[in-house]
Amino acid sequence: MTAVTTTAPADARRRTRAATGQLAGTWTLLRLALRRDRVMLPIWVLALGGSFSSVGSSIASLYDTAAQRAELAASMNGNSSLRAMYGPVFDDSVGGLVSWRMAAFGAVLAAVMSLIVVIRHTREEEETGRQEMLSAAMVGRRAPLTAALLTALIANGALALVVAAGLAGAGAGGAGAVALALAVAGTGVLFACTAAIAAQFTESARLAKGLTAAVIGAAFVLKAAGDSAADDGSSVLTWLSPIGWAENVRAYADERWWVLLVLAAAVAVQAVLAYALAGRRDVGMSFLATRPGPAQGRIATAFGLALRLQRGALTGWTLSFAVVGVAFGGLTGGAADLVGDNAKTREIFERMGGQAGLTDAFLAAMVSVLGMVAALYIVASVLRLHGEETAGRAEPVLAGAVSRTGWAAGHLVIAFGGAALLMTAGGLGLAVGYGHELPAVLGASLVQLPAIWLLGGVTVLLYGAFPKAAVAAWGVAGICLALGWLGPAVDMPQAVMGVSPFTHLPKLPGGTGMEWGPVLTLTAVAAVLVGAGVGALRRRDVLS
Amino acid sequence: MTKAITVAGLHKSFGRTHALDGLDLTVEAGEVHGFLGPNGSGKSTTIRVLLGLLRADSGAAQLLGRDPWRDAVELHRKVAYVPGDVTLWRNLSGGEVIDLYGSLRGGLDRTRRADLVDRFELDPTKKGRTYSKGNRQKVALVAAFASDVDLLILDEPTSGLDPLMEEVFQDCVAEERARGRTVLLSSHILSEVETLCDRVSIIRQGRTVETGSLADMRHLTRTNISAELAGPPNGLARLPGVHDLEVQGLRVTLQVDTDKLDAVLKSLTASGVRTLTSTPPTLEELFLRHYATDAADAPGSGEDAEVAAR
Repeated sequence: MTAVTTTAPADARRRTRAATGQLAGTWTLLRLALRRDRVMLPIWVLALGGSFSSVGSSIASLYDTAAQRAELAASMNGNSSLRAMYGPVFDDSVGGLVSWRMAAFGAVLAAVMSLIVVIRHTREEEETGRQEMLSAAMVGRRAPLTAALLTALIANGALALVVAAGLAGAGAGGAGAVALALAVAGTGVLFACTAAIAAQFTESARLAKGLTAAVIGAAFVLKAAGDSAADDGSSVLTWLSPIGWAENVRAYADERWWVLLVLAAAVAVQAVLAYALAGRRDVGMSFLATRPGPAQGRIATAFGLALRLQRGALTGWTLSFAVVGVAFGGLTGGAADLVGDNAKTREIFERMGGQAGLTDAFLAAMVSVLGMVAALYIVASVLRLHGEETAGRAEPVLAGAVSRTGWAAGHLVIAFGGAALLMTAGGLGLAVGYGHELPAVLGASLVQLPAIWLLGGVTVLLYGAFPKAAVAAWGVAGICLALGWLGPAVDMPQAVMGVSPFTHLPKLPGGTGMEWGPVLTLTAVAAVLVGAGVGALRRRDVLS
Repeated sequence: MTKAITVAGLHKSFGRTHALDGLDLTVEAGEVHGFLGPNGSGKSTTIRVLLGLLRADSGAAQLLGRDPWRDAVELHRKVAYVPGDVTLWRNLSGGEVIDLYGSLRGGLDRTRRADLVDRFELDPTKKGRTYSKGNRQKVALVAAFASDVDLLILDEPTSGLDPLMEEVFQDCVAEERARGRTVLLSSHILSEVETLCDRVSIIRQGRTVETGSLADMRHLTRTNISAELAGPPNGLARLPGVHDLEVQGLRVTLQVDTDKLDAVLKSLTASGVRTLTSTPPTLEELFLRHYATDAADAPGSGEDAEVAAR
């Protein structure tokens, strides 16, 4: 080595070394993350990516003439409530319709995938204490965050490839496919960065996930409100929402590539913020310090403990349902609007049931969406049992004078009762926002409960009888959600649709009116599933 | 004396792993019983069976005269359990957790709780995640010792405790015995077991290999000596009870039966001692020495092992 003659290069080198030192070990951590996610990520990418091409082929076969597709586009664009749900149709080609149906839906799911990945490899590692041991090795301060974001980037990149390739295979390739794939994956990466910021602010991985999910939900509501107001995505509200950006890329409709730059800029800004925060805080700590608690406790029963553990999440869910209910209730009035004086759309309008019919159909669709989201709540809530057990916190409680049934019942009351609370809040919100028909809307909302409970029952059975496969309950809920959102659009055969308990419920309000048969049957099945699950839990070993 | 715990021929498998392979255990009411064995030997599995958390494949187990699986809830009013690795709820304070466990057992003695919080120097207002490992153990220990129960099942309860707190723990166990309670203490720390336990059961690979009072097992205790001498050692190898002697110049390491310690120390001081460390042997060392070499003979009783050791 020759002597350094000036200090400037040495300084530069030192800076470079300090910068690379912050990222030391990223490659190893990335490989660890990909190894840990080797099952979860391919399932996400293939299931979500594959849904684009299957929607594409279904639309191509269902609406095989240009005239049919134009009719669909006109009827959707003419109605502000349907626009709020699905977004405006920018182009009536097959690809344009796929983009209409899938841009926001895919963006939301890509965002959820990204938030799970990022929190799992950042805050969750710190919360469990595993990060401490990793960071004690040659691992830079910013390496865990970098590895997590790279994992999300890889997942979203793979998703983009699957989407673009699948659409090309379904006969809707070209620039539109690339634009749609990038818009969806870009939104995923954007919310990966949002999750990275949330992970810096709280010591609880659960709360970090909840915060990010709330931002995603808010973005969806903003986009919906914006699309309700304007039929070309030009509303300020739509532009305030990253999910609105995905829509405004206008895949297959003279793509606006520059919108992707807006996405990229938001990714960059959030990433810079997350990195700045991550480099400035202690491992395992957060910017919101934990406050001391009471020296004496008042929790005396397993139910009290379950309530205490779940009350935060339940409060958050209930408020979200009320807010979303009010927001969409406010958009309901537009369900019967008709833009323009087109004879064709008037005819469609009459066929769909006229003013009352359309409003009811929209409300029915809304309560159904709320019901499917509440199914996610009940799965999460029931799986708290699983989380408590695998974390080793159930064991000392069960070593107290608490029966397995009593312990499980505490959480199950909150899961199943909580679902009822959510649907009440959502139903009341809808009715308040809409301003009419409170009993009918609330009733319609509560009628969703048997299907939600049934999915809760499936979760209890999986947890009780096959605890190692308990998380498969997410897959079951995901399938029902996908069937509910995409099934009608792609004219899924009834046999397949029947898998989802939601399809067996009466369409309320309006529709065919209340039918007690399926409601009572689903409730009974749910009760049997819960009973079987708790029975299995009582007979099996506690996991350690 | 009545029996607090009787276990006979207990078997438990997890898939292809035989965690318990005919384990026997008898704990008299009112005694402190040491439960020893290497990692993975089945101590925690036995304890989980006794707590009704696992169902035994075969064999008999009784806790306070009742079936630990069938009568789990009733039994647990009289049992306090401390796991080796306490996990707490991140958003619950230590005080809340102590009172919760108290409520889930036979109730809590408030004065004793306050006294224990004080003695263990525990801040009960801190929340779960902010406690260190040792402090999490203290939360569970306070909850157990303050509970109004007949039987304490402690599974490596002192892991992470500092020596001062270890002392407080030992005082607490002694008080429990004085109050007539039964303690099953699983531990790796032989000195702790020596101080506290009336009788000891040693298990290995899911089977009980030794059981009896500590006096019966005196042969198990050897002391490791490591010394730096002023002059060359002289005649150490000829002393009775000396094992594994290694001499490197002036450095000497050896093991000695604890009752033969005096002669060894005299021999060392005769050469002049510069530094001296003496440590009790770890359980693993004992097991390696006593059982690893003659596992084929499967020594079933203390006498066999003693013969093998001599």
